Amino acid sequence: MRHTISVVVENEFGVLSRVVGLFSGRGFNIESLCVAETEEPGISRITIVTAGNKQIVEQILKQLNKLIPVLKVSDLTGYDTVDRELVLVKVKADNDTKPEVMRLTDIFRAKIVDAAPRSYTIEVTGEEKKINAFLQLLRPFGIKEIARTGKIAIVRGT
Amino acid sequence: MQMSGAGIFVKTLVDLGVEVVFGYPGGAVLNIYDALFQHAKIRHVLCRHEQGAVHMADGYARASGKTGVCVVTSGPGATNTVTGVATAYMDSIPLVVFSGQVPTLLIGNDAFQEADIVGISRPCTKHNYLVKDGKELPRIMKEAFYIASTGRPGPVLVDIPKDILINPAPYNLPKEVSLRGYNPNYEGHPKQVESALKLINESSKPVVYAGGGVILSNASAELLELVHLLSLPVTTTLMGMGGFPGSDPLHLGMLGMHGTYTANMAVSHADVVLAVGARFDDRVTGKVDEFAPHAKIIHVDIDPTSIQKNVRVDVPIVGDLKDVMRKMIKAVKAKEAAAYRKKMTEWRRQINAWAKTHPLTYKPSANGRIKPQYVVEQIYKITKGDAIITTEVGQNQMWAAQFHAFDKPRTFLTSGGLGTMGYGLPAAIGAQVAMPEKLVIDIAGDGSIQMNIQELATAVQFQVPVKVVILNNRALGMVRQWQELFFQGKHSETIQPNIPDFVMLAEAYGAKGFRATQPGEVPAVLKKAFAASGPVVIDVEVDQEEMVYPMVPVGAPLTKMLLV
Repeated sequence: MRHTISVVVENEFGVLSRVVGLFSGRGFNIESLCVAETEEPGISRITIVTAGNKQIVEQILKQLNKLIPVLKVSDLTGYDTVDRELVLVKVKADNDTKPEVMRLTDIFRAKIVDAAPRSYTIEVTGEEKKINAFLQLLRPFGIKEIARTGKIAIVRGT
Repeated sequence: MQMSGAGIFVKTLVDLGVEVVFGYPGGAVLNIYDALFQHAKIRHVLCRHEQGAVHMADGYARASGKTGVCVVTSGPGATNTVTGVATAYMDSIPLVVFSGQVPTLLIGNDAFQEADIVGISRPCTKHNYLVKDGKELPRIMKEAFYIASTGRPGPVLVDIPKDILINPAPYNLPKEVSLRGYNPNYEGHPKQVESALKLINESSKPVVYAGGGVILSNASAELLELVHLLSLPVTTTLMGMGGFPGSDPLHLGMLGMHGTYTANMAVSHADVVLAVGARFDDRVTGKVDEFAPHAKIIHVDIDPTSIQKNVRVDVPIVGDLKDVMRKMIKAVKAKEAAAYRKKMTEWRRQINAWAKTHPLTYKPSANGRIKPQYVVEQIYKITKGDAIITTEVGQNQMWAAQFHAFDKPRTFLTSGGLGTMGYGLPAAIGAQVAMPEKLVIDIAGDGSIQMNIQELATAVQFQVPVKVVILNNRALGMVRQWQELFFQGKHSETIQPNIPDFVMLAEAYGAKGFRATQPGEVPAVLKKAFAASGPVVIDVEVDQEEMVYPMVPVGAPLTKMLLV
């Protein structure tokens, strides 16, 4: 089962390698990873999407907690969360297909951020389902390149 | 007050109470060695290879309970420590290793004797640091000692660039350590303690499975009290030897791959297993799905990651063993305890029956060959079990664990987790430095001893009177045993054709050498050798074909033992 884990860390030298090394060293899987500063200077949040059974995820959470610069570990799975990912996708578009690509972009409330004679680059944000649906619909036109940020998430309310 | 970084380094060591440092000088740490020159308060023991220095610090830590300290230079000096650091990490031994590093401006340049030791050691240290500012040095050193010695102990490495050691900085040692992300929990939860006692009380076939954590948390007295209060049978792991008296009637011996028949049968038939400071390692459990199949498991450990890692646990208790066992002792009522002890009679009858039909044993000597187990028994007899024993890794280690009873904690020092050949001699030197009054004996094999034999020079230079007993079977015995059992007796690269003359080798280093070739001369040679002053090597020619039994083959459950 997939889990989204939020790890709050002291933003010091080598902290990311400690977190990533823990996953590789113990054979845990990382599907996506996203790191940036939080509201508190010097403190960063790492959002990791990983997969594993109950026992593996329990080990991942405990092992992360054991790292000295790690301040807080939460498994967001099962909580009511807001999830987002930002994707830049460069899709083939010629004069025949441009109107249809633009229509899809509108429907998904995405944005064309770069236009070239034979392609558009589109920015789309949203949760996983929406992003996957959008990419699925663009695929027939020919996707040239994709850059994804990986998922970030925050618990709703309180 | 401004001082050079090296001056700050040495002053901080003194202020933190460090008395002995094991190390080896080099370009990046010249300034440290200059500051240490003929120092009044810090004794430096010069190893002959940095791996030796780390094992010495490790032996020092295991024997004394203090934190071991090493100083090495950058590049190869630092990379040579890695096996020692990994050894300490696997066995949770408190160490602080200080490595020199190339000057800050050269880091990343592939400079002479540069290695990214912080990167290399990350997966085998509890934590590590690269010092980037001289004024941070005292704080980092204090944190390093704090992290190494608290919670589940472990090695910490501090990498110090050369410019930091040269340049002046203010000396400011903080009074307290404050780390937001590190607060080990020592107090066992009272509710969990209650649940554990309830399980034990309802059980009729309990077994206590005690590991190295008992020794690390200095909880032997509490374990002994709890066990006798309820008359619980105890099995110890290799790392737990000495944590519970080996000669106590409630002791079943070691469990696992080379455990006793009694211990393995008891765990396999138990209805409750109380695991204290042990981690259900594969050498202990055998086939993990069939480990203690009838038992509810209570697991007490200071490290939450150890719990539920390999086996399903019914009552987890995170906390210091000392605290948890005190709570347990306090919660048991005298009347209940008496009733429970009575209830144990039947279970103990069964255990005694196993012990009687399948005692730990070996075939007596034939053809005048010396049995290695006999040598270990003689060591125990001559020393009355009062020596500190270190081991190398392999058959020598297993025979030492099987045929020598350890009654006190911190008297059996062995590389349990990593299984590092070459551990025994330097660890013995470190233990002897910590305990100058004790007799310290390394039970070695002819293979392992050659992995760090250069440390004999250290023992001679500092007149550290360790006694090395080599169970010389002219083979890499444990690997040979596996080839014998599982590879149709093809002894690929395990029969050593060119063994040095260990007596002459000892003498070449300036140590004394003794030899025994006949069973009859073993007691007299050992007695003479142990009474000799200074470091001694005793070469005992033992039966090459001897095997370690019982043995649970890999992947088999504990009840499927190969016996003598």
